[in-house]
Amino acid sequence: MLTLLSGCNERQSMFATFGLTAERVAALTIFMVVAGALIFIAVMALSRHAIRAPENAISHTQGMRMVLWLGGIVPAVSLLALLIASLPLMRPLPVTAADLVVAVEGEQFWWRVRYPGPNGGAPVETANQIRVPVGQTVELRLTGADVVHSFWVPGLAGKMDMIPGRENRLVVRATEAGKYRGQCTEFCGLSHALMAFDVVAMEPAAFNRWLAAEARPAATQAAPGAALFEQYGCAACHAVRGTAAVARIGPDLTHFGARATAAAGILPMERQAVARFIRDAGDVKPGARMPTYAHMSAADSLQIADWLIGLRPTETRP
Amino acid sequence: MKLTWGQRVREARVTLWTLIVPPTVWAVHFLTCYLWVAISCAKAGAFPRYPWAFVAGTVAALAIIVASGVIAWIQSRRPGDPPPHDKGTDNDRLRFLAVSTMLLAALSFVGVVFTAVPAVMLTDCR
Repeated sequence: MLTLLSGCNERQSMFATFGLTAERVAALTIFMVVAGALIFIAVMALSRHAIRAPENAISHTQGMRMVLWLGGIVPAVSLLALLIASLPLMRPLPVTAADLVVAVEGEQFWWRVRYPGPNGGAPVETANQIRVPVGQTVELRLTGADVVHSFWVPGLAGKMDMIPGRENRLVVRATEAGKYRGQCTEFCGLSHALMAFDVVAMEPAAFNRWLAAEARPAATQAAPGAALFEQYGCAACHAVRGTAAVARIGPDLTHFGARATAAAGILPMERQAVARFIRDAGDVKPGARMPTYAHMSAADSLQIADWLIGLRPTETRP
Repeated sequence: MKLTWGQRVREARVTLWTLIVPPTVWAVHFLTCYLWVAISCAKAGAFPRYPWAFVAGTVAALAIIVASGVIAWIQSRRPGDPPPHDKGTDNDRLRFLAVSTMLLAALSFVGVVFTAVPAVMLTDCR
């Protein structure tokens, strides 16, 4: 029971809904459970009655009629009713060309996220965090970069596979602002269970402000960490817009410090945790493609972590 | 002399061939629904333009199934020897085929309805 209860939380649960589709799924789940329970009770009551009834309590004709109704017609009609109740959910939310399109790519073991640039500008790339405006339809274009992953934000909508070479579309609509969490739900390698992400549903005006800020280059200044970042060759895989680092192999780190968590939803955004990940990513995430920096001193890794955590977009007030 | 419909039905004989009519209609209806949507979505990129054709096809399929079911039901009630009807006689053979056809018709009816409901309700390729 305690194991089951440990699944109860507000951030990543089918029952803590903040999206239209998830609300409908939760309602249908309750409806199906109640309907199933009623059918189970009815069948059990009938069985009890049948076992206790004396032999020849009903005639052959009555028995055959009972088989026809309770074995044929009632189940067929009940199942048809349940099918009709569930079908509207299979119809995806309507989407128009004007709706926001966010591209999400699953990689071992993190998420590449791309928003359209504000005012028709260049696309804004970020990682491991998805922000959606509340009350607006958002089309998520999902794909996998290496193996099959699966995108699931239980509070928002159903899950959908991310398949290399294929673009799956998931239409979502958040109904309540807040901070939530999503998780990879298709076994994708050693750190599959450690492949999560943060989801932030925010008011449309705040979302637009955030996107405008996110589109800007990194708010970086000369710091020992910046020099070490370059020295250790981090830029060979990572991009920090506004600096010489433009590689797209690993997650974009432009506004790294503004994310709620580090290492794709696994570590707190704290210097010790980030420094640990920098020195030995494979220790936190087995199978991660980021190499181990065994020769890096603890002081250096902390310097880099401090610089990275300091990368936050300058929020502008409207 | 011209036969009435009732006489024709009573004169008709259910055979192994008429026995497979309801499931065959079910299979054709099922394949038509699935293939038409799949081909239309893959080749034309959109759900078939005439969703009412699914309704019309379903009504036609159900009509054939109900008709064969009714004919089989009438034949299964032929007067004759008392039950059980498990002898190797022509009469018992006919009754067996008729009852089987009727049950298959009932199953096919449910199958066609369950295939048609999603096709009619989900007019979307995604």
